Amino acid sequence: MGIFDNELKILRERILKLGCMVENAIRDSVKALVERDSELAKEVIKRDHLVNALDVGIDEECVRLIALRQPMARDLRLITTAMKITTDLERMGDLAVNIAERAIELNDEPQLKPFVNIPKMAEITQTMVRDALDSFVTGCSRLPYEVIKRDDEVDDLTVRNFEELLSFMIRDPKIIPLAVKRTYIAKYLERIADHATNIAEMIIYMCKGKMIRHTEISEET
Amino acid sequence: MVKAPIKAESKNLDFYYGNLQALKNVSLQIQERKITALIGPSGCGKTTYLRCFNRMHDLYPHNKYHGEIILYPDQINIISPGVDPIEIRMRISMVFQKPNPFPKSIFENVAYGLRVRGISNRSILSEKVEKSLRSAALWDEIKDRLHLPAFDLSGGQQQRLCIARALATDPEILLFDEPTSALDPIATGKIEELIMGLQEHVTILIVTHNMQQAARISAFTAFMYLGELVEFGDTDSLFVNPQNKLTEEYITGRFG
Repeated sequence: MGIFDNELKILRERILKLGCMVENAIRDSVKALVERDSELAKEVIKRDHLVNALDVGIDEECVRLIALRQPMARDLRLITTAMKITTDLERMGDLAVNIAERAIELNDEPQLKPFVNIPKMAEITQTMVRDALDSFVTGCSRLPYEVIKRDDEVDDLTVRNFEELLSFMIRDPKIIPLAVKRTYIAKYLERIADHATNIAEMIIYMCKGKMIRHTEISEET
Repeated sequence: MVKAPIKAESKNLDFYYGNLQALKNVSLQIQERKITALIGPSGCGKTTYLRCFNRMHDLYPHNKYHGEIILYPDQINIISPGVDPIEIRMRISMVFQKPNPFPKSIFENVAYGLRVRGISNRSILSEKVEKSLRSAALWDEIKDRLHLPAFDLSGGQQQRLCIARALATDPEILLFDEPTSALDPIATGKIEELIMGLQEHVTILIVTHNMQQAARISAFTAFMYLGELVEFGDTDSLFVNPQNKLTEEYITGRFG
């Protein structure tokens, strides 16, 4: 394997490592919320600096590769994709921290009602993140298109969650502080799903050289 | 791809050095007043292709052409035996890899093509020489020493002198065969800027081993391999998203 190929392999591995750390952060933040485990939530917050450091490290490596290796074609698309998706992953990590922060606040209060929509949203969102990262490894497949399609389900659940909580709040204004925090959490998950969608779109660019962001995609062509 | 009018076009061009076939069925359209770059590994036929355009191959026996190279708008076939190579070389000039000024003064180097054309009027020659040297971004540096030998100039200046010499006959197409491979990065930068400026007036076809150079200056790029045209497209797409696997391997440095 050539030096440059090896550098690209290491770059891919670092992105997957970052992806793995972010997946864990999302999973643990939701777990901390549903199982009312504030220690786990604090753990998520504490670990975020590792995500940030790796994000910066990957960006620096990409700039170095552009400067020294002058990548072309699929190498260039891999490196530009890497730079963009690490930004998305880092933002997902921040959103997991936000979920953890709200979890700590909610865990100090009595349970409003059992969580129904949020675990469902979390499950879909986590699958989206995992599939987006898998497609980064496997390359061209239907997987990134599936990820993009599933974003609608998360959006629908966000709306449904808000409407349910709104009716609770209207009936009992005392619960507004707690209910608002729950709507925040749904919004964070919805944003995570959006970032997973961005990643999937960039993977399609990496594979096909075609930017599909801000366009209607219906079928793989 | 932004379409300009076609200035020249090879149609099913084959070329043979004796029994060796160096070009195989190359069909390519050269757009007017744009820069088209030819890239490919050594021996792929890119220089052979370039040289067909001003009949350089006629200088050696046993060389054979098949097919056509049509020059527009008059639609003459450049490689037809009935077409005068001297006339073609006035209309399609060439600049080579290494600067090759004649052992004459700076002035006479640029005036040479005009004298071959029979122009001897001193004021016409002076005017043309100045205009060509200005176009080649050399005038300001040498205007006070036009009668010194061309070999007194630096390598980069000599190459610009050769470009001025090529421009003096008001060619329609300029052919460049790796014009910066013997120059340092500063002189290379000057020549590249010069070439980019020239495309306002003249169609340019350039062979380069330096892919970054093709990416920097050309609007269109053709990738050749083993005498065949593998891929042709606008430079942006070819370097970001080539359609052919061979092109991809070549430009990412994973060839062979």
